Amino acid sequence: MSEGTMQADQPPERTGDTPDLFSKFDDTIALRENLLASGVEDPFSLVMEQVLSPTRAICNGRDTILLGTYNYMGMTFDPDVIAAGQKALSDFGSGTTGSRVLNGTYQGHRECEDALRDFYAMDHAMVFSTGYQANLGIISTIAGKGDYVVLDIDSHASIWDGCAMGNAEIVPFKHNDIVAMEKRLKRIPEGAGKLVVLEGVYSMLGDVAPLKEMVRIARENGAMVLVDEAHSMGFIGENGRGVVEDAGVMDDVDFIIGTFSKSVGTVGGFCVSNHPKFEIMRLVCRPYVFTASLPPSVVATAATSIRKLMTASDKREHLWKNSRRLHGGLTNLGFTLGTDEPQSAIVAVIMPDLEKGAAMWSALLTEGLYVNLARPPATPANMTLLRCSLCAEHSDEEVETILGMFERAGKAVGII
Amino acid sequence: MDRAEVDKRIRTIIEPFNKKGIVITEDTTFAGDLEFDSLTVMDFVAAIEDDFDIIISMNQQAEIEKYGQLVDAVHDQVSS
Repeated sequence: MSEGTMQADQPPERTGDTPDLFSKFDDTIALRENLLASGVEDPFSLVMEQVLSPTRAICNGRDTILLGTYNYMGMTFDPDVIAAGQKALSDFGSGTTGSRVLNGTYQGHRECEDALRDFYAMDHAMVFSTGYQANLGIISTIAGKGDYVVLDIDSHASIWDGCAMGNAEIVPFKHNDIVAMEKRLKRIPEGAGKLVVLEGVYSMLGDVAPLKEMVRIARENGAMVLVDEAHSMGFIGENGRGVVEDAGVMDDVDFIIGTFSKSVGTVGGFCVSNHPKFEIMRLVCRPYVFTASLPPSVVATAATSIRKLMTASDKREHLWKNSRRLHGGLTNLGFTLGTDEPQSAIVAVIMPDLEKGAAMWSALLTEGLYVNLARPPATPANMTLLRCSLCAEHSDEEVETILGMFERAGKAVGII
Repeated sequence: MDRAEVDKRIRTIIEPFNKKGIVITEDTTFAGDLEFDSLTVMDFVAAIEDDFDIIISMNQQAEIEKYGQLVDAVHDQVSS
């Protein structure tokens, strides 16, 4: 037996003036320690011991209504979805142990891509292992040296990381500012390739992009357009295809990026496109090639869920009803919200500061309600937000219960 | 446009962003001396881009730490 395993951990000794690589995190460590010292439960280490349904779980020992998941369409416990996953698990095993381009493409991956093509009525669909990798891969691969990526400043981390991984010139513009976007497009040197990256729904405030105008202007200036519809798939648009469908610009966008980890109810990411050369992405896109493909059970649940979402208009209607009721109720209670009217399934409640926000988050959890506490740098304009994301499976009664919880917690913390 | 003229115009643009009214030299740093956070940088860069009708990409911004480097970068673009 080696001596090492019998000894308690010892901090490694560094010689001379070599800095501790972790000192750069000291500010974050201090911020977290101060927050916890105020007595609130740790917002970033919640454990759900049991999940009872898409809208209820036992969190830190309490029966809790979930209002901070991305389970917009409540598909995670759908009996057909679960049956498809169980069958694929027993028929194809627990994992593929390989890349999509080698031994990692099973029948289920094909069927999942077929379901996406049907869902969007587009020619090509490519499934990635996560939504993060879909943005990372597509953006970094198609925009190369000398090309320009023009993107909204409030874009998701996966979009920014896709930009950082590639070699294109990165040009951000002010959030949802059509004029700022157009000015930047017009200043790009002649002959350079251009990609405009937009999101349908921006996840922090739950606001929607003016895609009709933005997509038109992008096209007029010769740019290709990529839209991330992570937070709108399944819900917004007549067929749930997202804000692009609602804005009537399906035929004018080149790429739609999406995820299975929200409305679809599992994990994975995708890109759909009508570009005639799109299939070459499977060979040149590194975040697609150099990682293992999704397990068979995951793609089976995704395919089943996607096909059910095509006809889920009743669920879409009920989710809109929930969003309108929560938004109107919170406004009447005196809370400040991220949007003046409900634009998506996300209702963001703006907190005066991180301390009050954490106190409110903690008070709501004690009431039996889970929401997301969002803080800088994830949030725009250094805001602290309590983000509520609704589910089509929240009943009318649950929404009323939620409003009562917000009223009591808001008064206790002194926000309303 | 010569460098002195670019310098003069940027000094006018930077005024509302120079909250503490510090004296700006070629070596003044944006993050350290002027204490610009990422939001301020975005607004400041947009103001310069609009004034000179140019693009200062994120890639170029990453290379600019000091005031003098910004004047050089803008001067390069408007004189080319």
